[in-house]
Amino acid sequence: MSSQNLKKTDMIFGLCHTTDVEHLLPGGVCKTNEEKFVVLEEVIKKDPQDIIDDIIESGLKGRGGAGFPTGLKWKFASLSPEKEKYVICNADEGEPGTFKDRDILLKVPAKVFAGMTMCGYCINAKKGYLYLRGEYKFMLPELRKVLDSFHEVIKKIGYDFHIDILLGSGAYVCGEETALMESMEGHRGEARNKPPYPTVEGFRNKPTVINNVETFVNVTMIQKFGVAEFKKLGTQDSRGSKVFSVSGDTPKPGVYELELGMKLSDFVDEYGDGDTKAVQVGGASGFCVPRKKFNETIIGFEGIPTGGSMMLFNSSRSMYNVLTNYLEFFAEESCGQCTPCRVGCQQLIRGIRAVKCGQKSPDYLDALLKLTASMKLTAKCGLGQSVANSFSSIVSNFTEEMIY
Amino acid sequence: MKEMINLKIDDINVSVEAGTTILEAAKKANVRIPTLCYHPDLCIAGNCRICMVEVEGSLTLTAACAMPVSENMVIHTNSLKVRTARKHNIELLLSEHNSECTKCYKNGNCELQDLAAEYKITNETFIDLVPFHNYTIDHYSPAIIKDDSKCIRCQRCVRTCEELQSVSALGVAYKGEHMKISTFMEKSMFDVVCTNCGQCVNRCPVGALVEKNYIDQVWDAIYDPSKHVVLQTAPAVRIALGEDLGYDPGEIVTGKMVAAIKKLGIDSVLDTDFTADLTIMEEGTELLTRLKKALVDKDSSVALPMMTSCSPGWIKFIEHQFPQLLPNLSTCKSPQQMFGALAKTYYAQKRNIDPADIVSVSVMPCTAKKFEADRPEMRSSGYKDVDYVLTTRELAVMIKQAGIDFESLKEEKYDSIMGQSTGAAVIFGATGGVMEAALRTAYELVTGREVPFDGLNITPVRGMEGVKEASVKIEGTLPEWKFLEGAILNTAIAHGLVNAKKVMELVDSGKANYHFIEIMACPGGCLGGGGQPIPTNMEIRMKRNKAIYQEDAGMPIRKSHENPEVALIYKEFLEKPLGHTSHKLLHTTYIDRAK
Repeated sequence: MSSQNLKKTDMIFGLCHTTDVEHLLPGGVCKTNEEKFVVLEEVIKKDPQDIIDDIIESGLKGRGGAGFPTGLKWKFASLSPEKEKYVICNADEGEPGTFKDRDILLKVPAKVFAGMTMCGYCINAKKGYLYLRGEYKFMLPELRKVLDSFHEVIKKIGYDFHIDILLGSGAYVCGEETALMESMEGHRGEARNKPPYPTVEGFRNKPTVINNVETFVNVTMIQKFGVAEFKKLGTQDSRGSKVFSVSGDTPKPGVYELELGMKLSDFVDEYGDGDTKAVQVGGASGFCVPRKKFNETIIGFEGIPTGGSMMLFNSSRSMYNVLTNYLEFFAEESCGQCTPCRVGCQQLIRGIRAVKCGQKSPDYLDALLKLTASMKLTAKCGLGQSVANSFSSIVSNFTEEMIY
Repeated sequence: MKEMINLKIDDINVSVEAGTTILEAAKKANVRIPTLCYHPDLCIAGNCRICMVEVEGSLTLTAACAMPVSENMVIHTNSLKVRTARKHNIELLLSEHNSECTKCYKNGNCELQDLAAEYKITNETFIDLVPFHNYTIDHYSPAIIKDDSKCIRCQRCVRTCEELQSVSALGVAYKGEHMKISTFMEKSMFDVVCTNCGQCVNRCPVGALVEKNYIDQVWDAIYDPSKHVVLQTAPAVRIALGEDLGYDPGEIVTGKMVAAIKKLGIDSVLDTDFTADLTIMEEGTELLTRLKKALVDKDSSVALPMMTSCSPGWIKFIEHQFPQLLPNLSTCKSPQQMFGALAKTYYAQKRNIDPADIVSVSVMPCTAKKFEADRPEMRSSGYKDVDYVLTTRELAVMIKQAGIDFESLKEEKYDSIMGQSTGAAVIFGATGGVMEAALRTAYELVTGREVPFDGLNITPVRGMEGVKEASVKIEGTLPEWKFLEGAILNTAIAHGLVNAKKVMELVDSGKANYHFIEIMACPGGCLGGGGQPIPTNMEIRMKRNKAIYQEDAGMPIRKSHENPEVALIYKEFLEKPLGHTSHKLLHTTYIDRAK
């Protein structure tokens, strides 16, 4: 069954499905469809402030999941008089069920590098880093090759910006921006206290813009098509399109670019197997939506935001097992520094097991739900705060499955 | 002047300097916010999540310790949200903590216990996680016991070891539920670069890091009629012991302390001050000898600058981290070990006691002294020179155990022999004190006149600055010290190993022109030692420091070479500084531990 309401878009992967950077050169054309591509040279003739204003105007929000307005982030970093600044592309893509950055980096890495360079231009940074998830090491040779020719391009334009690629070591928490910076500096991946925010004190305590892979591609595309074109997609609160990683009980798992602001029911019509009982939106740290709420759920910042992960579960699945799986993941991947996350995750997993096997009464689920509320309020970083999302949405929507 | 920020905490208007944290601002408004991972000596970690407060307009609660104030902030420290979340986090910590409070060494002095009491955590809300973890207790070190089952991962110890001591023997290992505070390759504290300084012990809010106590062994010795127990007290004990017995920091309790120890049944209460003075004689002579060799004999093999060797934490530090500078260390044993060696030789002879029957106990502000007493070199009397080392805290425990009403005690004097003290010896307990004592004696030895400082107070070497420098011009020398005429003696003083490291890096790179360096492992010197009452922080160290110099100023004798018992021991036993007997009993060697 295919949904009529679902609008597929082709902004991220569109135009150039190649790793070729030639199209970024002055007058360069994209080999696949002969259309002129965005020219970095034109962008760096603009006033940085105008570019930032463009991005603010576009309404682009961060694509990693948290959805901070990209233009504002750049503006904050640009305001600092500090000489040394950094641009970081967060390619740590560790959220369970997310694999869209992998596709982006495999198919259109040049667009990512271009977006990073534009950011460097806007905030006056000379150095960028791509923090690549350890498991994506296999991409490294190809990415380096693209990067080498990309550096040639910016040299030809006469612009000074250099990008390095750093590999993570497999810790989920290092996708959290400040933990990522700790990791880049050679420390344990542990979230920092905020403030100071990265735009004030980030990598090496210098002003830093850190954005998701897809966010940088969006910036490149906004520069290519213009703000008006970008704003045609999506809704008031969720402008543009989004790349989704679709997995689980679906006949067509994969990476799809869709307009933001869609109804979950339309999504399920397109990608479900006809027996979908729940969709986990936003990975382990996201929300579980049961069948009865598909119709009223909007995928976007006004509804349920997602970094891209869409996991579908059909009626053969035990939501207790799903939740246990997530909690095991969190108990393992918490950095362990803050109390609510380190101990809270252990309590949640042992707690639902105790309820399941009858050691604790079903009432204990309420105590655990209260605990997740405190975890959301007091955990030091997004990891611990978002454990509550999947826990409370699964437990409250599938209570019987937790008990019997 | 800094910009002032106005905010409201629990309906109280507060105005504080920009950059102040909510926690500090609340303190100013007399609002107490509970903390656990926070320690005023350390950088902000913000990991225990106990000091959470509600800031209006914020979606989540805010860690008061880590959040700087901003204009018109409205803060609630006691809302329902705050109370619930705080209680949850305390309960979580308790579920992970081996809560056998009545069997814990820290029972009664535990910050987690206090919080549990304050929040009246009476029933177990959550599942006890201790059985699910394979916790170990590391008790191989003679100084420190590390019990992971009690650790609450606040990382105070990790920050202490790195920030104050630049040792980093303790670090965080693993993640998630397996996250723990560990050492290199999870070895015992005994087998790693740990200096046994005990600063971590002093800052551990719970019972995860405690000193290895020898209280029962000392009681056994006291009750053994065949044993003669001698006990020495270090200079810094007398100005801090009171804190564990109900006094405010900075109270001098020397006389009552002596009386209490006598009441415990100790046969002879003696003073480490005596050997501190002896150290000055030996070390001062050693310095002058080295200078003479370098200046007169032009002997280029002489290791200068010479460095003090009183602090056993510092000794282990240099053995690990700067073994190439070991020749620069004075060969003098620490006052504790000099005392131990003399207790079972000189003292035994004078009192006509078989040294085999003497049990030598010391009370130290220090945990590293426990390790030092165990070093194989420290048996020059033919016996273990110091049998048991107690910390200031352990002595307080014994006094309490004995049911002594400390406050009502009449002050008493140390026994003799080896009980005589001077002002110079007392200030060994403060950073800069050894330097000041050495200068008081050396200058007079060389010139025949007192040091040219008002009232013998060499103020440039005093105070809490991490690294201090002072130069003294030597003029009008006596004939035998003519070679020092007009010489400028450059000295440096560092306390806290992070500062020691800075000075050592200067020396190692050849950039320093010092002749003599005093290093104390602990911040503030011994007065801030790892064995001192808990809490210890800058405010308390300043008060103890003031007390030390007050004690010095009130002493009838304030120069080491004027200590009559010191003169006597050279006459009767040691002959002269650096003499044959001195060499045998009072000097030592060091080990390169870098390998």
